[in-house]
Amino acid sequence: MQAPPVEIHDMTVAYHRKPVLWDIDLTLPKGRLIAVVGPNGAGKTTLIKAILGLVPLASGKVELYGQPFHRQRHLVGYVPQRESVDWDFPVTALDVVLMGTYGRLGWFRRAGAAERDTAMASLESVGMTRFADRQIRQLSGGQQQRVFLARALAQNAQIYFMDEPFSGVDAATEHATVSLLQELRSAGKTLLVVHHDLQTVREYFDHVILLNMRLVAAGPIETTFTDENLQATYGGRLTVLAEAAEAVRLGD
Amino acid sequence: MDLLALPPNLRVLLGTSLLGCVAGVIGSLAVLRRRSLTGDMVAHAAMPGLCLAYLVAYELGIGRDRPAYFLLLMSGAALTGLIGSALVTFLTRWTRTRQDAAIGIVLSTFFGAFVVLLSYIRYLPGAHVAGVDQYIFGQAATLLTADVWFIAGVLLVSIVTLAICFKELKTYSFDADFAHSLGWPTLSIDLGMMAALCLVTVVGLPLVGILMAGMIIIPCAAARFWTYRFGPLLVISGAIGAATGVFATLVSAEYFVRWFGFDPLAFGYNRKALPTGPVIILSGAAIFLASVLFAPRRGVLARLIALLRLRSRTATENLLRALYELGESQLPRLAPHQLEEIQQHRRWNRGQLTWALRRATWAGWIERNADAIQLTASGHQRAAEVTRIHRLWELFLISGARIAPDHVDRDADSIEHVLTPNIVGQLEAMLAESGRLPRTAATPPQSPHVLTGGNDPVGTLSPGGG
Repeated sequence: MQAPPVEIHDMTVAYHRKPVLWDIDLTLPKGRLIAVVGPNGAGKTTLIKAILGLVPLASGKVELYGQPFHRQRHLVGYVPQRESVDWDFPVTALDVVLMGTYGRLGWFRRAGAAERDTAMASLESVGMTRFADRQIRQLSGGQQQRVFLARALAQNAQIYFMDEPFSGVDAATEHATVSLLQELRSAGKTLLVVHHDLQTVREYFDHVILLNMRLVAAGPIETTFTDENLQATYGGRLTVLAEAAEAVRLGD
Repeated sequence: MDLLALPPNLRVLLGTSLLGCVAGVIGSLAVLRRRSLTGDMVAHAAMPGLCLAYLVAYELGIGRDRPAYFLLLMSGAALTGLIGSALVTFLTRWTRTRQDAAIGIVLSTFFGAFVVLLSYIRYLPGAHVAGVDQYIFGQAATLLTADVWFIAGVLLVSIVTLAICFKELKTYSFDADFAHSLGWPTLSIDLGMMAALCLVTVVGLPLVGILMAGMIIIPCAAARFWTYRFGPLLVISGAIGAATGVFATLVSAEYFVRWFGFDPLAFGYNRKALPTGPVIILSGAAIFLASVLFAPRRGVLARLIALLRLRSRTATENLLRALYELGESQLPRLAPHQLEEIQQHRRWNRGQLTWALRRATWAGWIERNADAIQLTASGHQRAAEVTRIHRLWELFLISGARIAPDHVDRDADSIEHVLTPNIVGQLEAMLAESGRLPRTAATPPQSPHVLTGGNDPVGTLSPGGG
């Protein structure tokens, strides 16, 4: 049997000694569109960053298709939060999307016609061909988000990690993004998407991870996205956990 | 070594221009990573290292004429410079100090230490403060041939590294997390970029002193006005840096006297050679100012011109629409209208109306006979088009944005002049779908509100003539 796309064992992540994620045990099924849902500070972004090795693990391990991440990088596409970069940076939309091809290209080699074709095709699938030569600052928020999406597409991955791709986008972009994500799922890709709008979770996704510093629940929408679980994720009972984390940070 | 020896003037010229170039290129990487002030900090933090190295040289009896002296001073500068950057990293990462505050703390502390050490050196028997304090603002004239070759070497290595790792550096500078997710050694890239910045700063100290910060920041800041691509930015930034070096050397050496027979910059004073370092910074600042003012698109002048163009176009289109609306009831006949009528039809800014009349006449859209103004055939066509877009937009605002019909005229006014054909097409399609677009799309649809002056029943319309 093939190993699952993502398998997390006993993972704990801490910033400055303050635990952000506690003892996460999680297995993601293949070919699903998975929402990561939870209140602010629940560790949704940290979950993605920990899987991608961007933040160190305090304990536990992460495996992608049964192997550690550093062996499976080529299978991964990543869409960071839009606010995480400087959109005044002197590059065009096409430049940014080309970056998606660099992982495969390897060190010191220059992007050629093949990479440009890949990048243009990615731009086309998010409807941004017209804006290829625009400086990224001259794009609207939704268009910038599409550029990030196109860059991940250019990575031609098996598993995509997307941090709030719907944040601050217009209705048209949201609609186009959802259909694109669903298309990718139909092609057998696994997508893990941090999502902040509870209203649309049921409509857009087929699998959900409810997170609030620890894993509250994970599973298919029908059985997992229940009022009871949402209450457990967003309700007050877990503030004890946050207080405990604070105590650890203060070190007493 | 003798083969490579350079005449003094050429030495200074090469030294400053090569330094300007490498500072511009390496500085760009730092500025794009939002590390503008790191260069400033390194320059200041390097100063006490110079003093310490000088003291070591003093104790060991190494004179200024020995190459070891120069090497020792540079190593001392590099050492405290690196300690300074390490301290900033440490302070921001392990204490709750923000980066700007940490840079300020380190910068002033190290410079304070420098001044204290300098006064200590001053009272040493037989020591020359001049051996150290020339580094505060630099002294290009004391540059050695070996320095020039060293700077050239640093530039060469920087350019080769950039050429080889271009896409890596670009990607890392834009989005470090993404670069990290690709498995690139981001920590090493970061350390490498910091080390390059320290190296360039320290190498520049003998020439421009603590003003190295300006050489690192200014070229990139100016270059950003001229391009929005990463590669060209580095090239332009390097060119600006080199140009300031060349210019400053020409100005501060006595070339002008030799070329023109007099010194145009002396202004009647007896001017000795100007300090090269400060002049480099001043000429860099001049280039920056020129970029702010005159750069295409981003420059102040270009934006001013664009604004005036839009104003002029708006005024002219408003005039054409006013004329169209005034004569709409008598179409297809084109009748002249009095200036007074036009003035009453809508609120005009006087200068705008005069300008619009002049521009429309010049474009052949109106004919003017004293105060009687009439649309020409081409003017009528243009006016109909302008009015059509105005009314399409109004209809959309009423049906789509639910703005009250009596407010819609003013709201439409501010937007309609910038609508692209693409948007107009979409508007038409949208209105046609809801059955609100008149079938003869070439003529404007009926106005959705009462026209203020156009439907005036009393005959302010002048009879015939024109």
